[in-house]
Amino acid sequence: MNETASTLLIIAGVLVTLLTLSALLIWLERRLLGFWQERYGPNRVGPFGLLQVVADMIKIFMKEDWVPPFADKAVFVIAPAVIIVTILMSFAVVPFTPSIVVADLNVGLLFFLAMSSLSAYSVVLAGWASNNKYSLLGGLRASAQMLSYEVFMGLSLMGVVMLAGSFSLRDIVAAQQGVWFCIPQVLGFIIFLIAGLAETKRVPFDIPEAEAELVAGFHTEYSGMKFGMFFVGEYLGIILISAMITVLFFGGWQGPWLPPVVWFSIKTFLFICLFILLRAALPRLRFDQLMTFGWKVMLPLALVNLTVTGALVLVGHPPE
Amino acid sequence: MAGIIVDDRPYQVDERENLLQACLSLGFNLPYFCWHPALGSVGACRQCAVKQFRNEHDREGHLVMACMTPAADGTRISIEDPEAKTFRASVIEWMMANHPHDCPVCDEGGECHLQDMTVMTGHAYRRYRFTKRTFRNQDLGPFITHEMNRCIQCYRCVRFYRNYAGGRDFDAFGSRNHVYFGRHEDGALENEFSGNLVEVCPTGVFDDKTLMPHYTRKWDLQTAPSVCTHCSLGCNTIAGERYGTLRRILNRYHSEVNGYFLCDRGRFGYDFVNSEARIRRPKFRPNRDSQAITMDKEMLLRELGPLLADKPSRIIGIGSPRASLEANFALRELVGSERFSLGLSARDAGLSSLILDILRRGPAPSASIHDVEQADAVLVLGEDLINQAPRLALAVRQSVCQQPMQIADKLGIPRWHDAAVREAAHARLGPLFIAAPHSNWFTDVATETYHGAPDDLAALGFAVAHELDQASPTPSILNPAIGSLAKRIAAVLRQAKRPIVISGTACKSETVIQSAANVAWALCKTRTTAKLCYCLPESNSLGLAMLGGKSLEDAFSVVKDGEANTILILENDLYRRADPLPVDAFLKTASKVILLDNLEHDTMSKADMVLPAGTFAESDGTLVNNEGRAQRFYQVFPAEGDVQESWRWIRDLAVASGHPRQSNMAAWHKLDDVVAALADAIPTFQRLTEVAPPEKFRMVGQKIPRQTHRFTGRTAIHAPLTMHEPKPVEDADSPLSFSMEGYLGQPPSPLITHYWTPGWNSVQALNKFQNEVGGPLRQEMPGVQLIESSDKRTVMYFTDVPAPFQARDDGWLILPWYQVFGSEELSARASAMAERIPKPVLMLHPDDAARLRVKSGERAEFALGDRLHRLPVKLGAAVPRGTAALTIVPGFTDTALPTWSPIIRAVES
Amino acid sequence: MLKLLKGIWLVFLHAFTRPVTVQYPEEKPYLPPRWRGRIILSRDPDGEERCVGCYLCSVACPVGCIALQATEDEHGRRYPAWFRINFSRCIFCGYCEEACPTYAIQLTTDFELSEHDRRNLVYEKEHLLISGTGKYPGYNFYRVSGLRIGGKDKGEAEHEAAPTDLRSLMP
Repeated sequence: MNETASTLLIIAGVLVTLLTLSALLIWLERRLLGFWQERYGPNRVGPFGLLQVVADMIKIFMKEDWVPPFADKAVFVIAPAVIIVTILMSFAVVPFTPSIVVADLNVGLLFFLAMSSLSAYSVVLAGWASNNKYSLLGGLRASAQMLSYEVFMGLSLMGVVMLAGSFSLRDIVAAQQGVWFCIPQVLGFIIFLIAGLAETKRVPFDIPEAEAELVAGFHTEYSGMKFGMFFVGEYLGIILISAMITVLFFGGWQGPWLPPVVWFSIKTFLFICLFILLRAALPRLRFDQLMTFGWKVMLPLALVNLTVTGALVLVGHPPE
Repeated sequence: MAGIIVDDRPYQVDERENLLQACLSLGFNLPYFCWHPALGSVGACRQCAVKQFRNEHDREGHLVMACMTPAADGTRISIEDPEAKTFRASVIEWMMANHPHDCPVCDEGGECHLQDMTVMTGHAYRRYRFTKRTFRNQDLGPFITHEMNRCIQCYRCVRFYRNYAGGRDFDAFGSRNHVYFGRHEDGALENEFSGNLVEVCPTGVFDDKTLMPHYTRKWDLQTAPSVCTHCSLGCNTIAGERYGTLRRILNRYHSEVNGYFLCDRGRFGYDFVNSEARIRRPKFRPNRDSQAITMDKEMLLRELGPLLADKPSRIIGIGSPRASLEANFALRELVGSERFSLGLSARDAGLSSLILDILRRGPAPSASIHDVEQADAVLVLGEDLINQAPRLALAVRQSVCQQPMQIADKLGIPRWHDAAVREAAHARLGPLFIAAPHSNWFTDVATETYHGAPDDLAALGFAVAHELDQASPTPSILNPAIGSLAKRIAAVLRQAKRPIVISGTACKSETVIQSAANVAWALCKTRTTAKLCYCLPESNSLGLAMLGGKSLEDAFSVVKDGEANTILILENDLYRRADPLPVDAFLKTASKVILLDNLEHDTMSKADMVLPAGTFAESDGTLVNNEGRAQRFYQVFPAEGDVQESWRWIRDLAVASGHPRQSNMAAWHKLDDVVAALADAIPTFQRLTEVAPPEKFRMVGQKIPRQTHRFTGRTAIHAPLTMHEPKPVEDADSPLSFSMEGYLGQPPSPLITHYWTPGWNSVQALNKFQNEVGGPLRQEMPGVQLIESSDKRTVMYFTDVPAPFQARDDGWLILPWYQVFGSEELSARASAMAERIPKPVLMLHPDDAARLRVKSGERAEFALGDRLHRLPVKLGAAVPRGTAALTIVPGFTDTALPTWSPIIRAVES
Repeated sequence: MLKLLKGIWLVFLHAFTRPVTVQYPEEKPYLPPRWRGRIILSRDPDGEERCVGCYLCSVACPVGCIALQATEDEHGRRYPAWFRINFSRCIFCGYCEEACPTYAIQLTTDFELSEHDRRNLVYEKEHLLISGTGKYPGYNFYRVSGLRIGGKDKGEAEHEAAPTDLRSLMP
């Protein structure tokens, strides 16, 4: 009974924190982009423009919630919900601290991979349901991109699993007591970072919504809060990937002096900033470049990483 | 054909042309001012200089004026030669030295030949630093503006006005660089063709004064090809609209009809379209004593539907000779041919159908205006050309130059060499005989004139025919003077190669029309080239005659007998067609009078329901001109509110009535449907579908835009009404669009909305629309000739020879004296016309006036029907004794004329 | 690859430079006199309307947002009976000013044209006409043109000779 209550409390806490953060990220991203581009960014609403988020929210809720007459209505409505649900589900297995975790599954990492794969459906369905050629193109690109990058995203993590000997994320964090996995798995880390960027459709991998070519890609026809949900989904994705990097490669909540939750937050925040910096600095890839890069560079690298790690692990700990 | 070499490339041209004409026909941009395809060359402006070379070894060459050099075989010239180019640029610079800094406030700006030529030669910066010559302007009347500062002394205006149109009150004055073109004093230009100065003048000296109150640049006008509705000749026009009002009429070239020129009635009579007196909303009078209330279309149709459905045979339809064929046909379909009246008195309808019968039955084909221009002998019998068919008078004016041209031919002077031809011909004019009841300046052009009462004119005609062919009847009693004149006329006609006999309805006399037919037929018996030309009163008189129907008197009796009680009148003021008393009774007896028209008039005030019909500018339709040529006119701008084409109203009525007989009319969605139905229904109109391209016609998949590609203000015009920028109105009836988007090249001739090609913004861009300058338009569709003359050589002469006219002691025969400005119903309502419409007078022979003891300007009293009139008397020596001439201006109609009436000197109270 | 990293590093360094943003509306930017902002109609030095209704601005306008109707007073001076600019369509390209032969239509430095209702962006002549000469003092078209207007007869414009005496035969 008590355990259920605490789980519910954790769930509620995680949900509130995540949704608030993802909204705040909109402000953070615009401010940071501003700084990196020698301007201010939103600074008019409230102190430092912090209430910009509130203003945007008010605006986006007041907007006409329009469903195009030519759209496939049911799918059109469901699509934005899918992305939110799948990403929020992924957070269930993330160990924020040794105690704050919604569900410490023994296949946590696989659950994360499964959920993030499901989020591709959202984009594909949105593109299809809009019944608009730009949307459809965006959806097709997204499915191709996510399929390709899923493959080595999973493979890149296998090194970590081998080193930790477990799929449970709490075990993986615990396994980094001595050395963070970013040291032995530096290649895995880089591959995962890139695959994570692609999973969240962030610059330089934002070709599903490439506004210069596709108007706004899969969400061309979306407006109001449905459009907002795609946005929230994108920011939740950034948080998720940053949190996963922290968990898998940077020792999770571990660190001296400060409480675990602070350490976790600091590390995650830094990666979020890195994501935004990349957006400020990198141009968008062309579609063929993206596919070539994925299949001809990243996949072999991931396999090499896997093989080498496997060999080393075999050498270090011969199976009984 | 002659081979010439231009800039080292060989071309084939017509050797009868000059080099300028040849180069323009070949598509070269060679600047010119004084030359005009209809006026020939004088070499006054020195602008068309080219370099001519003796042979291929000649590198020096010498400058010649292209317009003064024949396009002889083997001529080598260079247009691009640097010396020739510099010369042309210098000439422009000299002309521009005194040209004022006026373009922004000049009406010609944007369609100015001088602007085009200046740009073409490349002159851009003024080097002249001294003072500019200035002139004072004259007031040239309500039609034409005058701004002499802009003149470049090309002499085109004088050459057109005096030499071509025969005007006398305009000339060149002064000397050297002070040459002035104007009248001897301020005053309206008298000539009926003064409006052409607007197009003839290469710059802004003469401009359209009626355009100024609503001035619009050429590029802003929404224009459509139209056909003039102010007389029976069917001259082609371009009508232009802006902001919902009709703004001006320009000539639309037609190689067989009006050529390059229009008359002032056609050019300046358009303003009735914008009149305050326009009917713009449907009106309804619940009962005869109450005021008319305006109603919307749906309500009115709901009201009218059952009325028409009850007893369709009790409706009588009154057609109109000024409505399109389609509108008249729609009415005929609605009421049935038994109940369709032409809207003309039996006499007037009879005259039209007599003319139609003559043209169909006899061997003499009907002549186009171009044929008349080319004629070398013309006999005008009883038609007042300058007042009833002015453009034809201008053509006749050209025909008298045909025979003297032979002198020039003999001397080897090319025909385009205007000054030399005139010098050779001196004052000689070709044969033209005019027999008419009254004289005017135009009758003075004739070799011989004869003024007599209609019966005497007919007698002359019969006598001429008898001289030509003894088989034709001759008057039993013949005035010896007429007899000898007839001999002289017959001799000349027999000699001529292309003789033409012109007559018409102006005398309201059947025998005059018949006598003209006899003359032409007698000529045809011995030769094949004689042609006949009849003038009719209105734009669609002949078309209506072809359609056929009952007379107005028949309609009167049908209603009087109670066989019909609902009258549907189409674009007709019955008080202009018949005496007031029977019309009053007719309109009173009927239980419902429904009128479809565009201008308020006396009949409208008696109608129970009034439906607003579109004018020529707001509807499409077909008109049949005096030679039987069917031509299409196109809607210029979308009609405002409930105003729509007459045939659409009639279709709506048919649909509202729901009567099965009219069920096929419900399928009339566009003009082509009506035309097809008409072509099916009446064999005469079988070829009507070929008059113009059908609605489906597209150029490269596009419609032809009515607006120019520079049309402005499209996002501002409607801004005060709506910010949503309404979609352009779609035109269901024609391949034209109410838009600036569409095909920009040259469409078939009936669809040319404006003349423009790159570098040629003025009307002279027309050169680029012709294969050969002065010839037919590219892809010319000249309309369809609906009358085929009989090819039988045997003729059945008319034998009804009238007795000589006898003056009576108890009265005078009052004849209509038509006026070019004022006689025609619609143009008389144009605001600019008011000043030119003469005051009504009664013209008498001085001897008759002396007998009555009235002096010029004193008033005389006479009766028309049962109404007494009192008018000032004017003396005219040409008025036949025993007759009087009554001016037909607003307030007077020709319905009762000619009529006998006593005339007494009015006692002034 | 290194280049990419270098680029990312350079962008990161920009976090430490001053923003170039001008804090409008507290801080007003400097606008050069030839700035292309709100369009006005000016008057000549005598206080009369400069516009002569020649339609050149409207034909130069690439979006067709200018419409007018020219008319004439009883002495022959031309002016627009009405003149309308739809600023909701205007792209401030300045072609109208370039086309204007009388310096009547001018673009000003006012760019603050926000409205809640688009209809308020439709300016009629009374909204456009100012009382001064604008950027071009001194020019009066009718002093140069040969047209006769009230207060200026033929031959009284600049560089004009007195009207020709047609009855004189003197060389």
